[in-house]
Amino acid sequence: MVEISSIPTAASLTVRQADAWRPDLVSGEVPHGEVFAAGNEGAGAGLALALALDRMAARSSDGPSADAQEDRMWLWVQDREALRRSGRPYLPGLPRALRHRLVHVSARSAEDALFALEEGLRCRDFAFVVGEVTGNPRALDFTASRRLSLAAERHGVPLWLVRLDAKADLSSARMRWRAQSCASPQPRWNPQAPGVPSWQAELFRARRHPPGTWVLRDDGRLVAERAGGIAAIAPSRFSSHHAQPVEARG
Amino acid sequence: MPSRSKPAGNAAPPRRILAIWLRQLALDRWRLVEGLAAGEGVDAQPLALIAETAHGPRLAAVNDAGLNGGAQPGAMLADARTLCPQLAVAPSDPAGDLAFLESLAAWAMRWGPWSALDPPDGLLVDVTGVAHLFGGEAALLADARAAFARRRLSVRLALAPTAGAAWALAHHGPDGAILHPDDDPAARLSGLPVAALRLDDDVLTVLRRLGLKRLGDLGGVARDALSRRFRNRRSAAANPLLRMDQLLGRVPEPLLPVTVIHAPLVQRRLLEPIRHRDLLDRVVADLAQDMARQLEGEALGARRLELGLWKVDGEVLVRRLELAAPSRDAEHLAGLYGRKLEGLDAGFGIELVRMRAPWCEPLALSQQDFEAAAEAHGTSLAACIDRLLVRLGEEAVRRPVPRASHLPERAQRWQGPLERETSSQAAFDFYFRPLKMLDRPEQIAVIYETPDGLPKRFRWRGQVHEIARAEGPERIAPEWWRERGTARLRDYYRIEDGQGRRYWIYRSGVIGDGRGGTPAWFLQGICA
Repeated sequence: MVEISSIPTAASLTVRQADAWRPDLVSGEVPHGEVFAAGNEGAGAGLALALALDRMAARSSDGPSADAQEDRMWLWVQDREALRRSGRPYLPGLPRALRHRLVHVSARSAEDALFALEEGLRCRDFAFVVGEVTGNPRALDFTASRRLSLAAERHGVPLWLVRLDAKADLSSARMRWRAQSCASPQPRWNPQAPGVPSWQAELFRARRHPPGTWVLRDDGRLVAERAGGIAAIAPSRFSSHHAQPVEARG
Repeated sequence: MPSRSKPAGNAAPPRRILAIWLRQLALDRWRLVEGLAAGEGVDAQPLALIAETAHGPRLAAVNDAGLNGGAQPGAMLADARTLCPQLAVAPSDPAGDLAFLESLAAWAMRWGPWSALDPPDGLLVDVTGVAHLFGGEAALLADARAAFARRRLSVRLALAPTAGAAWALAHHGPDGAILHPDDDPAARLSGLPVAALRLDDDVLTVLRRLGLKRLGDLGGVARDALSRRFRNRRSAAANPLLRMDQLLGRVPEPLLPVTVIHAPLVQRRLLEPIRHRDLLDRVVADLAQDMARQLEGEALGARRLELGLWKVDGEVLVRRLELAAPSRDAEHLAGLYGRKLEGLDAGFGIELVRMRAPWCEPLALSQQDFEAAAEAHGTSLAACIDRLLVRLGEEAVRRPVPRASHLPERAQRWQGPLERETSSQAAFDFYFRPLKMLDRPEQIAVIYETPDGLPKRFRWRGQVHEIARAEGPERIAPEWWRERGTARLRDYYRIEDGQGRRYWIYRSGVIGDGRGGTPAWFLQGICA
């Protein structure tokens, strides 16, 4: 016998679904995120790592399995073109918490990269998996992305897939971001110097959140500002991505 | 076990035997028991180990001081005392020496897969195809010499293609001699005395009377004459011709390994000889099950199997097969034999079937539904890495570890993902470093305030970036102890362009440093 009052009303469900995304948001959903970024800047990988760290921090602050995850390795898969365009991970520049736990895979082709991603997702000893794939290779179709989503959900390993110089094709990713670097805040002691990493990020499709645009900063932890004048700060370069999608090789 | 001479055309490596002669085994052992170093304490005075014989005590071994005093091994004690009145004696212990030699033979297997005794005071170790593990044959000999020196045993070593040649070189050749497979053994060994042939004393006397003193002299005599002279000498130790052939590798020389290799063996005696294939298949399936049970008990898996079939008419058929990975799956083994037994001629029937596994490898008990478990709970890190390595290769799956270097591209090193990380000094946090680094720094065209001011604008990959903010320089000098003198210093700048993209660039050299022309600029790092 089900109490009538225990059944959530449709209105409450829609309200919960419409919760805006914010950092530190703990959700039971294992994310399969995609970050679209240009290959000649570090915004994609930077944002992916920041999101991964943000999720780990959020879960360790109130999750029951707080300390269990802390010393697991993580996997970073790059295909050859991504390696050529945006470089290789550099140990002294990685976030301190992740520095000594990286396993890096340099795949020859997108097929190999997808294989490595799926193997990584099926491994219970990885904290999360980051992938970098250039363009829109034929191997990365909706079926492949669905496979990745299912593997991530089944084994509880989050995946952030950075898509360099790609157009947003069909995908089953739960959250899809477009990221570009934007002007950093001025450091206190040397206003002439670049500040902490900042990105203008647009969440253009998400399962549980309405779309939105933020300025995200990695200020020790992920900070989001929903600045009203974002369009004024940087006239979006996203449109140019759409205009000139770069075809993947191989 | 006879010599493993392979048929011609087989690419098996040439056989290599290491001969170890413990020159003073009895004395070394006596010193170890007494806790003395060589030439120390009692050992500084003339001393002999004596054995009791029917005619009174006889010297078995004499130390260096005793040899200088005139005592010879083999002499009667009374005779030796007249030459060297202060000769001290201790009882010898041949049985203990032999037991010690046996334990040494097992210990000497560190240099090769099997070793044999060469009583009374020698060892033979088969080192075929293992020298590279020690860094070459000379390094292997040096390692053996050091190991014996640590145990305070004086040895002479030699390495040769046959046991006879190795023995001859160890006893009568230069110490640490190596006879290479493509050397001519007859020429290399012709200068050694005939005693190098391991012959009995009376045969040596005969040879000496015949005027044959060196191995080269034997080659000068017609073979017929020698074989006629020694025609009634059957044993190898009494027949110089046989010994010579063994030394040159023309006749195989059996050597008994000191440890027995146990090969699991199962067999079925058949009440009535079988002639039909389906019955034989059932017998083989039963044998495979017995074999699987026996292997499971020893936690082994078979890599090679031999099936012997004894026929009623006295013939033996042998069928061998090898497996790619150790296995003890009875159905698998029996199924593999299904193909091997096709076209078998049973004749009047087979009365005995025996299965042997001469080559086994450790195979731990494993979970049956491994794949299903992996599907439900995820794979372990090692299994995941294995799969990645198999498909993508060693070079593709790696992990960065720090390396002590100032140069940014040398400050990290890549190694296997599960290798242990060596300890290193932590990097300084106040140095900024980019998130990613290009494999090769890309040259860029930069407008900057000469000679060493901040950059204003640069062109990279066909795109012009206006530099909005910059910080620098961080000057990194070349590593003069490693690089050539013309290497230029680098001034690194952190920059942010007008659209917020952050990079790490450097100018290679400064104007007028005398190490090249106008400094070039490079983009090396891409920041988050």
